[in-house]
Amino acid sequence: GKVLVCAQAGPKGVTPSTLSTFTAASKLGEITAVVSGKAAADAVAQVNGVTKVLYSEGAEVEHGLAENFSNMVVDLTKANGFTHVLAPSSAFGKSIAPRIGALLDAQPLSDVSDVLSEDSFERATYAGNAVTNVKVLSSVKVLTIRGASFDKAALGGAAETETVASAESGLTKWVSDEVSSSDKPDLQSADRVVSGGKGLKDPANWHLVEGLADKLGAAVGATRAVVDAGWVPSELQVGQTGKIVAPQLYVAAGISGAIQHVTGMKDSKTIVAINTDPDAPIMALADYGLLQDALTALPELTEKI
Amino acid sequence: MLRRTVATQLRAVVGVKNCIDYKLKAKVKDGKVQKDVKHSMNPFDEIAVEAAVQLKEKGVVTEVVAVTIGNEKAKDVLRVAMATGADRAVHVTADQATVDNLETLQVAKVFAKLHEELQGDIYLLGKQAIDDDQCHVPQMLSALLNVPQGTFAADLEVADGKVKVTREVDDGLQTLEMSLPAVVSCDLRLNTPRFPTLPNIMKAKKKPVDTKALADLGIDVTPQTETLSVAQPVERQGGGKVADVDELISKLKNEAKCL
Repeated sequence: GKVLVCAQAGPKGVTPSTLSTFTAASKLGEITAVVSGKAAADAVAQVNGVTKVLYSEGAEVEHGLAENFSNMVVDLTKANGFTHVLAPSSAFGKSIAPRIGALLDAQPLSDVSDVLSEDSFERATYAGNAVTNVKVLSSVKVLTIRGASFDKAALGGAAETETVASAESGLTKWVSDEVSSSDKPDLQSADRVVSGGKGLKDPANWHLVEGLADKLGAAVGATRAVVDAGWVPSELQVGQTGKIVAPQLYVAAGISGAIQHVTGMKDSKTIVAINTDPDAPIMALADYGLLQDALTALPELTEKI
Repeated sequence: MLRRTVATQLRAVVGVKNCIDYKLKAKVKDGKVQKDVKHSMNPFDEIAVEAAVQLKEKGVVTEVVAVTIGNEKAKDVLRVAMATGADRAVHVTADQATVDNLETLQVAKVFAKLHEELQGDIYLLGKQAIDDDQCHVPQMLSALLNVPQGTFAADLEVADGKVKVTREVDDGLQTLEMSLPAVVSCDLRLNTPRFPTLPNIMKAKKKPVDTKALADLGIDVTPQTETLSVAQPVERQGGGKVADVDELISKLKNEAKCL
């Protein structure tokens, strides 16, 4: 097949979820990428396996404005006969893929976790409680790719880059971005994640989670409950409607293990649960359950590790 | 560009879906998800209804219409939406098998078709249904109507014929401004849905529900996907215990080898 990958790259380079999308794409055929801006194109051109990077320098596709970016992708797909259009399961990918599908009259699939063949894919439904294999019958297959399910493509390539046209749909105007600055590793690509839940009891104790994360060089995650309570910003949320992570080590501190949280972390290689409740669902899931108050266990662990 | 300078009568349309209750863990048996369990409104749709009702309370919109597609039982979520404050409802009916097989693009086409009659100014939809977890319909409806989309809304402000949406994106927040009509997909932080009160539940029973057969809407429901299999995921083998922090560190070093 001929695959078009809607890619994202920023100051830190190609995003981890985009790199995973390229790995999924490599199972489907020859890969062309499309991005916004020359800098992003140059970054994506280094991804192994990419043959060509198309980019628009138009202000209309800056900030990933979905309406304009989707129109550009639809035009490219029709003009070049792409058989597959892939995007990462990021806020950007999820905003454009359904639009692209609707405009091409092709039913898309979200959060693909395995590529079974050129037209058949695996994805989770019901908060990860059902695994569904789906055959896509439409001529163009539009997919978003779950980053945690695919290895990240390596860098080292040197694909050619080429400008393409984009146009202003006149639908949406960008106003502002408020980027959370953090010196911690990216949640979705970190090898280690330390997450906290309501068992921390008070936002004043959140530094205990960050302390262990700093010691381990880990990213910080959180449950929906603490995000909803306003302890931490929403982009730290791990779960069905937050981020899906699969690090080598996941430490769940003061987390009970609600279904929607477990969906976001159950594929982690090693899971540690720190909780005072032996019957908490997270305990049945964890490789190492420590029956102790997170408020005492976290500082002790941070000190001794 | 034409601007609406006079406050007009704005109509909000909300989509509501009857899903397996969010507190239940879906079970798979014989290649099928067991659906004979408690259902309730998709949690993101509750947020959409609340957002619409709040806009009405602020005097920004004058009417809230709730729409669902489903069998007779799905009417329950319309009653909940009306008890929360929606003024009327549209029930698109079909048998359970048709509803179960309906794809997100077809759902979006139903809403686009209803737009001919409803002429919604702002479509408030949950960002994702917690059964198929696709996260598609708002973006698709926006594309089909060729109107702006504001996905993953954490904040919403409607004034002077425009809507400002603050969106939850991967590394923070993004604010976009768009003209009406527009489609907004509602995320968790947009609001906390209220519980319908008993008097409002009683009142909701008298609110009008317009029933339309899906088959009469002229939507092509030929599937574009085929489900090959549905299986229970392999359960993670856990349950190991450690006595104290020292044992935990020792196991992480020597057994899991991840320190």
